[in-house]
Amino acid sequence: MAMLGPIGFTAPWLLLGLLALPVLWFILRAVPPAPIRRRFPGVALLLGLKDDEIQAERTPWWLMALRLLALAAAIIGFAGPVLNPEPVAPGQGPLLIVEDGSWASARDWPRRVERMERALAEAGTAGRPAALLMLTDPPPAPPGFADAASLAQSLPGLTPRAWEPSAPDPAQILPAGNFETLWLSDGLARPGRDALRQAVEARGPLRVWQPALPVTALGPATVRDGQVSLPLTTSAPISTRYDVAAIGPDPSGAERELARATVDLDNDTQGQAVFDLPPELRNRLTRFEIPGIRSAGTVSLTDDAVKRRKVALISGSAAREGLELLVPTHYLRQALAPTADLIEGTLEDALTASPDVIILADVAEIPDADRLADWLDRGGLLIRFAGPRLAMASENNTRQFLPVTLRQGERSVGGAMSWGEPRRLAPFPAGSPFAGLTVPDEVSVTEQVLAEPGPELASRTIAALADGTPLVTRMDFGAGSVVLFHVTANVEWSNLPLSGLFPQMLERLAVSARAETPSAEDLAGQTWVPVKLLDGFGRLETAEASAGVPGERLATEPPGPDLRPGLYVAEDRSVALNALPRDRVLQAAVWPASVPIEGGEAPRQMPLKGALLGAALVALLIDVLASLAVSGRLRGARAAATVVAVLAFGLASQGHAQDTMPEDRAIEAASNVVLAWMPTGDTQVDAVSEAGMRGLSEILTRRTTVEPSDPMRIDLAADDLALYTLIYWPIVADAPVPTPEEYARLNRYLRGGGMIVFDTRDADLSGVGMATDAGRRLQTIAAPLEIPPLAPIPPDHVLTRTFYLLQSFPGRFDGTIWVEAPPPDAEQAEGMPFRNLNDGVTPVVIGGNDWASAWAVNGNGAPMLPIGRGQAGERQREIAARFGVNLVMHVLTGNYKSDQVHVPALLERLGQ
Amino acid sequence: MNGSAQDNPALALRRGAEAQAAALPALLLAAEQLAATVQMGGHGRKRAGTGEEFWQYRPAQAGDSARFIDWRRSARSDGQFTRDREWQLAQSLNLWVDGAASMRFTGAKTRPEKAARARLLALALAVAAIRAGERVGLTGPLAPARPGRRQLMTLAAVLSDDATAQDYGAPEVIGIAAQARVAFLSDFLGDPAAVRTAVAQLADRGIGGVMMQVLDPMEEDFPFDGRTIFESMGGALRHETRQARDLRTRYRDRLAERRHLLTELARQAGWQFATHRTDTSPQGALLWLTASLERGR
Repeated sequence: MAMLGPIGFTAPWLLLGLLALPVLWFILRAVPPAPIRRRFPGVALLLGLKDDEIQAERTPWWLMALRLLALAAAIIGFAGPVLNPEPVAPGQGPLLIVEDGSWASARDWPRRVERMERALAEAGTAGRPAALLMLTDPPPAPPGFADAASLAQSLPGLTPRAWEPSAPDPAQILPAGNFETLWLSDGLARPGRDALRQAVEARGPLRVWQPALPVTALGPATVRDGQVSLPLTTSAPISTRYDVAAIGPDPSGAERELARATVDLDNDTQGQAVFDLPPELRNRLTRFEIPGIRSAGTVSLTDDAVKRRKVALISGSAAREGLELLVPTHYLRQALAPTADLIEGTLEDALTASPDVIILADVAEIPDADRLADWLDRGGLLIRFAGPRLAMASENNTRQFLPVTLRQGERSVGGAMSWGEPRRLAPFPAGSPFAGLTVPDEVSVTEQVLAEPGPELASRTIAALADGTPLVTRMDFGAGSVVLFHVTANVEWSNLPLSGLFPQMLERLAVSARAETPSAEDLAGQTWVPVKLLDGFGRLETAEASAGVPGERLATEPPGPDLRPGLYVAEDRSVALNALPRDRVLQAAVWPASVPIEGGEAPRQMPLKGALLGAALVALLIDVLASLAVSGRLRGARAAATVVAVLAFGLASQGHAQDTMPEDRAIEAASNVVLAWMPTGDTQVDAVSEAGMRGLSEILTRRTTVEPSDPMRIDLAADDLALYTLIYWPIVADAPVPTPEEYARLNRYLRGGGMIVFDTRDADLSGVGMATDAGRRLQTIAAPLEIPPLAPIPPDHVLTRTFYLLQSFPGRFDGTIWVEAPPPDAEQAEGMPFRNLNDGVTPVVIGGNDWASAWAVNGNGAPMLPIGRGQAGERQREIAARFGVNLVMHVLTGNYKSDQVHVPALLERLGQ
Repeated sequence: MNGSAQDNPALALRRGAEAQAAALPALLLAAEQLAATVQMGGHGRKRAGTGEEFWQYRPAQAGDSARFIDWRRSARSDGQFTRDREWQLAQSLNLWVDGAASMRFTGAKTRPEKAARARLLALALAVAAIRAGERVGLTGPLAPARPGRRQLMTLAAVLSDDATAQDYGAPEVIGIAAQARVAFLSDFLGDPAAVRTAVAQLADRGIGGVMMQVLDPMEEDFPFDGRTIFESMGGALRHETRQARDLRTRYRDRLAERRHLLTELARQAGWQFATHRTDTSPQGALLWLTASLERGR
C-alpha cells in the first residue's frame, strides 16, 4: 500500500491515469457542444441570417474543469484511497496470538475477536501457521502452531473469563521456536506481564493491541451509617460520569433495578457510589453494576455484608434499674447493635414484626407457642440462652422449642462449692457451623444446663465443652431451626459473652452481619458451595454441580480458574467473591516504546473510495445540468422545475410556516363565535379535542342562541388569538412549550379578556400537588402566563349559573376545577345566596376532567367516547354538556348573572 | 362516417366545431350585391322572386296558377291578386385551411397543433354560416359550397385529412363562385408570392375575404438558445446557428415584416388580416372572423 500523508492507496498505479487529464483537456476543448436539432416552421424566416459572433464553439473552461475534476475523482477513487490505513507489515514465520482474556477484555470482546479474525485471515492468506494463547485459561502444554483458517473457526467459541490471568511461567506456555506475536492486552498492569513480554520479544517481533479507554471496575459494597457505598476505580484518570445500578428482586420476585447512583469522576481514578437505601430494600440487593459496560469487573455481588437482620431480643427477667450489665440481653445487644436491627419487647410484639431471628434469653414460659411455631415453620431462627429460669422450668412447656431435652437444674463446675475447674471449650467439630473458629483459652464455663442423653444429642451438638457436654445444640424446626446456648447470655455462668468468640459465633449463626472483609478465620472450616457464578461478561449463571471451596481459599485467594467469582453459600451464610479482588489497584499497562501499539487511540481506517466515486457522480450530474444550460436545452420551466426539485429536496425537512394569519382564516374566525383548541402533537388527543369542540358547538347551537362556527385548530405561531372566544388547551406530558413570542400572544389574549381552559385530562389530581406528568407539564407551560391567583371554584361562582344551575363541572371525570380566586373582601350580597364578586371573566379554568372526551361527537353526531357507566354516565355527559354551555356563556356574557345582586336595588330605584 | 365511431377524427373535429359555434349569434354574411343567382338563402334581394317571406300583392296575370291567387286579398276588390314572395338567395363561403407540414407544428404538448386550431376555426365558421343558411365549401375541387348540415360532415372529413407533404402551403383559388366570401387560415410563413397571387386573382373577381395567420407562441417569441439546427417540418429547409439567442430580434423583425406585407396585401384587396396565437382562446379568433366577414357587407 502506497502512502501519501495519512492516505494510503490500495491500487496506486491507477493514479497514473491522472497524467492523461491534460490530454483529455485538449480533446474536450476541441469538441463543441452538440447542436440541438429542432423542427421549426419559422425557419423560412431565418434563412440567410448570420451568427453575430463565434461563440460556444468551445466548451467553457469551467465546464471543462468540472469534467476533469469528476474524472480525477473517479481515477483517485478507483485507486482505492484509505484514510489512516492500519499499517500492515507482512510478518514472517508463525504467528502467536496472546489474549489476556480477563474480565477487562469483556467490554470490547467483539472488537478483539474481529482483530484476531483479521490477524488469522492475514496469516491464512500468507500461509503462516498460527496459535492462540489465552492467558486466563492457559493450556496445560504450550499450544502448537496450526492452520490459521481452522484456528479462526474456533474464535466464536472463545469467551473472556471473569478473572485475571495469574503470572504465567513463559517457558511453560510459549511454543517452541521463533514466531511473531500479536498480544491483545486488556489494558491492566499486573505482575508477570513484563516477564512474558520479554520472553515473547526474545522469540520475535511483538505487536500489541490495546484499547485506549481506561478499564473501569466496581469494588465490593460496604455499609457505613446505614449507607451502602462501593468504590469505583479506573485504570487511568478520566473525566466522565458513571451510573451505578443496584439490582435485586422486587416484591414479586422479578429482578429489577432498585436504585441508581451516579459517580462523577473529574480526572480521577477513584469514586464512590453511595446508596441510601431503607433496610428492606437493602436486604434485597443482589448486585451492583454499571449499566452499559459488559464486564464481570463492573458487577459487584453483594452478600451478608450488606444485609441487616431483624433480631428480636426478649429476656425473661424484668429489667432492674441500674443493673444493666446483669441484664441477660446486654451483651447480645452490644454484639448485635452495629450490624442488625434490634426489636425489644414482648414475644407477641416481636412476632408481629416478623423478625428474622428471635433470641430468647432465659425465657422459660413461651406464651404464644402456636404463633412461634408458625414463625419457625416459615424459616425463623430461634436462639435460646439458658439461665436459672430455664433450668428450673418443668419439662412440659419447654420441650417444644428446645433442641434437646434438658435435665432439670443446672450443673455447676469450678465454682466455690465444687471440685472441678471451670470447663474450657472443646475445638469445634468439623460439621459445626463454628468449625474453623479458634477457641480462645480464656473462655471458661462455670455453669450450664445439661441435656438428657439421647440418640440425637451428638448430632445436634454443634459446640461442646472439653468434657463433651454440649454447649450449643441445634435442631431443625420446619424450615427454620432452634439453637440453644446451654449458658446464659450474660456473664453469670460463663465468660463466653465477654470473649471475641461470642460475636463470631453469632455471625456464624447468621444472626449478625459479618465484617465486610471476611477473614480466613471467618470463613474457615466450612465448605462454600457456589450458587451463582459470574461469567466474563458479568452475567450471572447458576452454578450446577460445582465443587465446594474451603473457606480459607475463598478468603485469601484471588479469583482464578478453580475459584470463579460468584456467590458462595455455606449453611445460612453467603459470601460474594467478586471479579475484582479486594485490594486490587487498577493501573494501566505500560509497554515499552519499542512495542508498536494499535487499537483504540489510533484513528480508524476509513476507505475513501465510495466518497470519491460519489463525488465524481455528483460532479457528472452537475455537468449534465451545466451542459444542458450551455447548449440551451435547459430552459425556462424545465430549469425552474429542476431548481425547485433540488431546493425542495434540500429544504423538505425545514420548510414551514408563514407567521401571519391567512386572511380567509382570520375572516372565518372573526365572523362568528369560534371555539378553538390547542394542538398538542398527540394526534389522538387532537382528534378528541376537535371532536369535543365540535360537539360543544352543536350543543350550543341546539340549546342556546350562540351558534358557533366549526371549531378551529390554533396555530400559535401565526394566529391572531384575539379572534377566538375560548381556547381549549389539553395538556399532555410531552406537550411542546410555546416560544417567548407565542407567550406574548397568549398573555395579550388573556389580558384582552380571552379564556383558556387547561385540561390535564387526568381526573382531579391537578391542583393538589400537581402530581401527574400532565400536571407538571401544565406548571411548566403555564408559568410564563400572566395568570391571577387561583382557587378551587367557590360554590357561588358565576360559572355555576350563567345558563344552567350547576354544582359540579364534570367531563369524563368529575374533579374540582380552579378559577381566578375571588377577592378576599367579597361580601355576601344582601338577599342573595352569593357574594358580590368581582367583575370580569376568569381568564383561565384549570381542571383535569377531560371535558373534550365528554363533549366529543363523531361524524354522525353520536358520542365518540363512553362516559361512566349506564344511565349515570349519560347523566354525567349531560352535566358536562351543561358545563360547556355555562363556560361559553361565561366567556360571552361575563358576570351578567352576577349583576343580579343589584336587582333589588334597581327595583327600589324604579319604584321611586 | 357513422356517428358511433368514437375516435373518428372527422367526428371529433365536428363536435369541437359545433361546440365553438354554439356560442356565436347567427352569422349573416354580407351580400354586396343582389346578383343573379337563384339559389335560396337568407339574404333578401328587395325584389319579388322565390323565397319564404311575403313581398307584395300583384294582379294576377295570365299564366299564374290558380292556386297562387290570394283569395282573401282578391275578395276585397274586383281583380284577382297573387302573393309575391321576396326573392332570397344564399351567400357562399369558401374556406382554405393550410394543410401543409408547417401547420403540424406545436411548441408544447399542452397546445394544439396549428393545423388543428386552424381546422377548428374553419369548421366553426362553417357551422355558424350553415346555421345561418349560407352555403359553405372549401376552395379547390374537393368540397364545393353547399348548404345544409350534411355539408358539415363533408367539410370535416376533408379538413381532417391532412395529406399535403409540402413544407408550406399555397391557397387554391379554384371552385369559388363569384360573389362568394373567402377565409384563408394559414401560418403564411411560406413564400408570400403565392398568397399575393391568390388574393389578387380573387380580388379581381370581386371576391372579398379574410386572412388569419395562426401561429404558435414559439414562432412569435423565438425562445431558443445555444447551438441549434432549425429544420422545417418537412425537412426541406434547414438553418444552423451557434447562438440562437442572437437571432431572436432579427427573427422577430422578419416576422413583423411578413405581417406588414400581409396586412398591406389585405388592405389593397379590401380584405381583413389578423393573427391568432394557439395559446389563446379560439373564441376570440372566431369572433373576429365572423365580425370581419360581416363588416364587408
